[in-house]
Amino acid sequence: MTMTSATDTAPAATGTVAGSAAVGLPRRSWVEHVMGLPISVHVRGDAATSAGVERAVCTLYESLRQVDERFSPYRPDSEVSAIRRGEPPTSSAELLEIRALCAQARRRTDGAFDAELPGGFDPSGLVKGWAVERATGPLREAAAGSDWLVNAGGDILLHAEPGRSWQVGVEDPGNLSHTLRTFALSHGAIATSGDARRGAHITDPSTGRPAFSGVLSATAIAPTLLWADVYATAAYVRGLASLPWLVRERGVRVLFVRTDGSRVSTLSRPKARS
Amino acid sequence: VRRLTLWFVSTLSALVLLFSYHTSTGGSVDTRTAALAPASPGNTSSTSPSSGSSSGSFTGSSVDTRWGPVQVEITVENSRITDVQAVVYPAGNRRDEEINAYALPLLHDEVIQAQSAEVDTISGATVTSDGYLTSLQSAIDAAHLGG
Repeated sequence: MTMTSATDTAPAATGTVAGSAAVGLPRRSWVEHVMGLPISVHVRGDAATSAGVERAVCTLYESLRQVDERFSPYRPDSEVSAIRRGEPPTSSAELLEIRALCAQARRRTDGAFDAELPGGFDPSGLVKGWAVERATGPLREAAAGSDWLVNAGGDILLHAEPGRSWQVGVEDPGNLSHTLRTFALSHGAIATSGDARRGAHITDPSTGRPAFSGVLSATAIAPTLLWADVYATAAYVRGLASLPWLVRERGVRVLFVRTDGSRVSTLSRPKARS
Repeated sequence: VRRLTLWFVSTLSALVLLFSYHTSTGGSVDTRTAALAPASPGNTSSTSPSSGSSSGSFTGSSVDTRWGPVQVEITVENSRITDVQAVVYPAGNRRDEEINAYALPLLHDEVIQAQSAEVDTISGATVTSDGYLTSLQSAIDAAHLGG
């Protein structure tokens, strides 16, 4: 596989680990570009240098490449492109699953997430999280007993053993070399949606035009990357108007950064009621 | 950090109004918020309550809405709200099983100080390969690339 190294020295990125539990553990990371995105894998613990983990990481990248070939709307020979051209859809189990999940996502976000865009069927906003979840299966097994995370273009699926966590910084959309908040996560996923890096690329399905809802970015924490990604996108499209359906989702937490720089977040973890 | 507890008597729509209110004023919100919800010492946090300050975190009581109980915590710095958190407890009984299947397990997340230098990875607006070398993530990856 092709490894990418980088020598950037952004201020908040020392890579050290908070708390003593994870200090001194062996760790290793991989980076490869798939679907036009940098996909990095980090493993921390005894499994970091194992041959099994190495194989699982190779499998992960291969799995993502296959998903890209089959479901990218930018590849003319993909199953999604066939649908966009009006051809009868393939009956592959994966495509049926993706379409069912897209329908479910539309319901659960009150239409803020919708793969049926004016320009045609585009499930990209859901397929990435779905693909990463699937591709990570072998890594989960090979890295059992160790910590791992997969960062797919800023959207992260992770696991840490009891007593340990990954420190996940959320990018400040007003200053991309800074983080505005750090979450210590031991399980689940976190995804951020915004136009800070790519310009207006997120479409409001209700208008077909670039979304603008008064927020610079929306970050969602959820048990799975698929739903973290969907909720982050939908929350960005609708802004604070998405709160009524966001707050129904147990285990989902969303952080908004508004255009004036202020932050609004929902908390999913109940505190003790008194 | 000074804390005291505000008891909001509001619905979720009022909650949204609070956010909107902040948009339109941009500052000096705390006194009116206090007028909306008279302060009283709370027992929802371990920090000692205080009153009369213009900085600190303020936690409201749980309020029932059609979506379930809602609780709000705001952070005020120099009379300006810098953070608002809606602490929500879904009702739980009528939730469909589909949602529950995705909702579990709950995440063990903790908020740490912003601008922490101790970061393993970065969640941000989708980083394309072209922008990769300039992203914060690249530095973190560089620190741990092995083999």
